[in-house]
Amino acid sequence: MPINYFSQEFDVVRDPNRCIKCRACERQCANEVHFYDPETDSMRADSLTCVDCQRCVSICPTRALKIVKTDNTFRENHNWSQQIMTEVYRQAESGGVLLSSMGNPKDYPVYWDKILINASQVTNPSIDPLREPMETKVFLGQKPEEIKFNVDGSINTKITPQVELNMPIMFSAMSYGSISKNAHESLARAATELGTCYNTGEGGLHKDFYQYGANTIVQVASGRFGIFKDYLEAGAAIEIKMGQGAKPGIGGHLPGIKIREDVSKTRMIPMGTDAISPAPHHDIYSIEDLRQLVFSLKEATNYEKPIIVKIAAVHNVAAIASGIARSGADIIAIDGYRGGTGAAPTRIRDNVGIPIELALASVDQRLRDEGIRNNVSVVVAGSIRSAADCVKAIALGADAVYIGTAALLALGCHLCRSCHSGKCNWGIATQRPDLVKRLNPEIGYKRLVNLVKAWNHEIMEMMGGMGINSVEALRGNRLMLRGIGLNEKELSILGISHAGE
Amino acid sequence: MKKVYVNEDWCLGCHLCEYYCAFANSGETDMINAFKNNKAATPRITIEEGEKSADGSNVNFAVSCRHCDDPACVKGCITGALSIKDGVICIDETRCVGCYTCVLTCPYGCIVVDKSSGGKTITKCELCTKNSSGEPACVKGCPNKAIVFEERGAK
Repeated sequence: MPINYFSQEFDVVRDPNRCIKCRACERQCANEVHFYDPETDSMRADSLTCVDCQRCVSICPTRALKIVKTDNTFRENHNWSQQIMTEVYRQAESGGVLLSSMGNPKDYPVYWDKILINASQVTNPSIDPLREPMETKVFLGQKPEEIKFNVDGSINTKITPQVELNMPIMFSAMSYGSISKNAHESLARAATELGTCYNTGEGGLHKDFYQYGANTIVQVASGRFGIFKDYLEAGAAIEIKMGQGAKPGIGGHLPGIKIREDVSKTRMIPMGTDAISPAPHHDIYSIEDLRQLVFSLKEATNYEKPIIVKIAAVHNVAAIASGIARSGADIIAIDGYRGGTGAAPTRIRDNVGIPIELALASVDQRLRDEGIRNNVSVVVAGSIRSAADCVKAIALGADAVYIGTAALLALGCHLCRSCHSGKCNWGIATQRPDLVKRLNPEIGYKRLVNLVKAWNHEIMEMMGGMGINSVEALRGNRLMLRGIGLNEKELSILGISHAGE
Repeated sequence: MKKVYVNEDWCLGCHLCEYYCAFANSGETDMINAFKNNKAATPRITIEEGEKSADGSNVNFAVSCRHCDDPACVKGCITGALSIKDGVICIDETRCVGCYTCVLTCPYGCIVVDKSSGGKTITKCELCTKNSSGEPACVKGCPNKAIVFEERGAK
């Protein structure tokens, strides 16, 4: 019998007075935690492999289950926490890099929660969005410096291609392969019904989803998976992925086990081979190189598609964004360090990158200072958790936001952060056919539509409270924000005053 | 007429429909009591699970009465225990003698032997018209909308 250096993270607690032994928990657990013991005629559990995904709790018809954090405790130590010790044991056993999924869970400051929103009182009227017009439509792309008119009054300014959105919220890039086909279908149908966009991620576009092209952003990443003429022409915009908030500076690795027939066809790689996205684009070593790719893609699509360049929020993000704004890109997407992932090395996810709030404020300010803010639209991602976060992001200078984790939550994800195991019990981050079918897109897309509609309604309510009747008028309106509990430096980077000032 | 339809694409084989059916027809108001006190009825819906193929995929299917327009079970019933009321094929347990002719004639295998009677009578789905469920309990309880209750026109 080997020594178990660490115990389970969670305990499965079953109330025997409520359990009716229907065995639904057993049938729904891909980690094989629950089992029926015929000798004692009872349901039992081995908690060691439990990841706290809450699937069994959610499906139990008599609410007989709960999952609790185990109270088995290593001797308390503020320096060597139980988690750090466990990770050392794991690596001593495996000799490998620790892998994690979804966004950085560490206790770093969340600046959204230290920013407060203004409202009108007495001296200017607030607006009731139910009774008065309220515009949430946004256009992403380069904005003209001036508008020229012909003698007959018609406009003589050529407008570059734009992405038109009914609301300033889009679904983040999540590839087919990292998430299931049913998850992609839910996102595609929801984006179409909402009049916004979802994003293919770097995994190509499944042939069944070309019909949603008008609401699709197609991504070109360092692995160049699934890219050909029809793909580039299918979407509303093309996104060049330079980096991802969860793992700045490194590429991606989709294990061969997830490359089944459909994924293989869509990515255009053989079945069962690992899909490795290099850390850099091997043809991009400078802003000039980026410009070449931007214009290659524009040329390939007859200058009809706006080009997005997505980068992770890192230390020099403002200077990098300035370069991108001069590269011919139409939109810059910035992904903060809390952004999600299907798999990333734990150390990178938890220690690399900067908060999106600070990155956004510094990028917006830099582009304004250099007089090139109108060259590009700015989209931010990396843990936009609510309509309030959206409003704060727009007031800090964003044109729109990407939501990824929140969208997955709407589909059932409980942030167990085990995507890299490929055994997602909610049918989202898996390619196992028996698990994939747990996500019925008919249910999924409606839940996504509900979520974004609700957020959009809340955005209108908050804008109305400030006496603002369009997203355009809120964008970059930092006077509508105040910091709380922030120091001078943080306030100056965010470009906002402290509450009470 | 609205009927229960099953879409095998979305059936997870969780068997919860059976349990919700057994509870709905138990007459109990509490699911736990129904099962703990042996009051749970024989489920009128049963899941048939296909074998798993190499890639882990399998087909599961919930089998319950299709309420045929021209039902073989009603024709074959020797005592008149089975009848059609407003399109719903109903069973009168007091008339059933347990000959199982209906079990043999149903081409879909939807008639079940009522275990609570010791196998002396059969029972079947009556679309929850004789209990307090309202919409059929299997439909309400299905976690993945694999079982639906809807109008699909004639046939």
